[in-house]
Amino acid sequence: MTTDLSAANMDKGPPPQAVVSAQNLSLTFGTNDGPVHALSDVNLTIAKGEFVSFIGPSGCGKTTFLRTIADLEQPSSGTLSINGMTPRQARETRAYGYVFQAPALYPWRTIEKNVALPLEIMGYPKAEQAQRIARTMELVNLAGFEQKFPWQLSGGMQQRASIARALAFDADLLLMDEPFGALDEIVRDHLNSELLKLWAATNKTICFVTHSIPEAVYLSTKIVVMSPRPGRVTDVIESTLPKERPLDIRETPEFLAIAARVRDGLRAGHSYEDVV
Amino acid sequence: MSQLQYYLALVAGGLCAAGLALSFATPLETALVLKAFLALGFLSLLRFTLPLGLWADGAVAALGAVAVLAGLAALDPAPPFFWMALIATWLFAWLFVERLAAAIRAGRATGFGMLIPLVFGVSILLFWEVVTRGTHVPQVILPPPSQVWTRLIASLPTLWADFQQTFLKAVLAGYIMGCAAGFAVAILVDRSPFLKAGLLPTGNFVSALPIIGIAPIMVMWFGFDWQSKAAVVVAMTFFPMLVNTVSGLNAASSIERDLMRTYAANYWQTLFKLRLPAAAPFIFNALKINSTLALIGAIVAEFFGTPIVGMGFRISTEVGRLNIDLVWAEIAMAAVAGSAFYGVIALVERSVTFWHPSVRGRA
Repeated sequence: MTTDLSAANMDKGPPPQAVVSAQNLSLTFGTNDGPVHALSDVNLTIAKGEFVSFIGPSGCGKTTFLRTIADLEQPSSGTLSINGMTPRQARETRAYGYVFQAPALYPWRTIEKNVALPLEIMGYPKAEQAQRIARTMELVNLAGFEQKFPWQLSGGMQQRASIARALAFDADLLLMDEPFGALDEIVRDHLNSELLKLWAATNKTICFVTHSIPEAVYLSTKIVVMSPRPGRVTDVIESTLPKERPLDIRETPEFLAIAARVRDGLRAGHSYEDVV
Repeated sequence: MSQLQYYLALVAGGLCAAGLALSFATPLETALVLKAFLALGFLSLLRFTLPLGLWADGAVAALGAVAVLAGLAALDPAPPFFWMALIATWLFAWLFVERLAAAIRAGRATGFGMLIPLVFGVSILLFWEVVTRGTHVPQVILPPPSQVWTRLIASLPTLWADFQQTFLKAVLAGYIMGCAAGFAVAILVDRSPFLKAGLLPTGNFVSALPIIGIAPIMVMWFGFDWQSKAAVVVAMTFFPMLVNTVSGLNAASSIERDLMRTYAANYWQTLFKLRLPAAAPFIFNALKINSTLALIGAIVAEFFGTPIVGMGFRISTEVGRLNIDLVWAEIAMAAVAGSAFYGVIALVERSVTFWHPSVRGRA
């Protein structure tokens, strides 16, 4: 029902350049302890080429929102369109690449074969597979590790390989769910600046879930602050930082001002209060 | 030298000394090799002042084995020093294996790893041989391995015919059909919750049937020849394969499945590229369990009506004729065939599931 409506609304609905558009989106999980309102009345538009971070404490629905975009969860009400399609159509036309919290590389495949996995499934010819693998491995700085197995690489390299896998089929939209959450701070800084370069080079739209304020401010053109119980958007901050961002931009007053606003947003959503 | 090695060396040397002293009661020329061994064993006590290499212990143990076997014929009834020599031989072999294992761990004797189980197996055979012959155990109770070996060589044509009938026909055919059927039904069960509710309990029921009960019925259904035995093997191997494959197909993590979903992969792509590889360790477990179950099933099934050939048939009839050495020869052949079957599957498993944490740690 909802999917039909959103398709029908397309003509007068979201502007054509909107990659993701959510209107009054809600999602409720039924559990043994009663319903859990993971998402409540979310309205959000993400334009092409934006880098959007979702930040908030556990249970605020940031991952659920990303999974709803990816058609891994079904909304209870409201509409959601991706490139003007329903999430299901978007998934079936391979409109996005998804990077999970864990690398989820298949241990029986080499790095190269892992990157080839989506290409095999989508039926790319062998020659094009090889060329795309070479290009994406170069993009994530993993050239030379094609024949290694995932368990022979460090956690950071594994996560880079999983990003290469998501990039291999050139979807315009990249969904990243705390991809660097399990890595140490130094590796994370490095991967963050690499991700920015990659974003500049490929001009993709990126949705990035994190619970680190500096990471969100450093990466994003738009920061969506979310709060739990029920999961909702409390603030949407357009970043004023330039597109070129060296690591030490994080000591500038502009950076700190945005970080302070994110923190205010989290506080307004009672995110700093004790959970009973 | 570890504490264990110290005591082993001390007791082995002491036993030889005592044995040597006792052996002076016999004329010098009887069992000369045995006396030489006892003297050498006594001299090995010098190790507490002079270094003695581990290969010297191995050589003394080997000499002890030869001496004890030679002494069996010369000394009847066996005197106490003969038994002391046997125990000393065992202790020297043990000491040798201890020192060899320590040397391998320290990286000083790589490439000799296979020697340890070999020495162990030979020691058991030696003990078995010497005790059964030295104490005149009736061959109906336990024949010495040399007699089993002689019988095995003499009956090779019979054993080969039995092997063909039982292993190459009944076991292999039943194993392949049972495992394939279990696998195929597991895929069906996976596709349909309705089948899962119906087929899993049925499979469970079939596996709970006593083999002694179904074997004669299978003879009624499929005749006396190997087909009825293969049917018993199918019934035995089906369920382990079914259960293991069903759990293996659920072994992939939710993130790995979600990944396939984001690619809009269809059922068969997800099955072949994710779920079956992830299920491989489970499937190989079933293949290994079934390799031994199949052999047991076929042999036992032959107790219930068979043409006059087959390992189970031979065992049941030759027990009745008190040809226990032939029974042991059949047992030895079954053990070797079963171990080899299992070993082949384990080797294939290691090359297929090389990525699994339980395999990839090993060289």
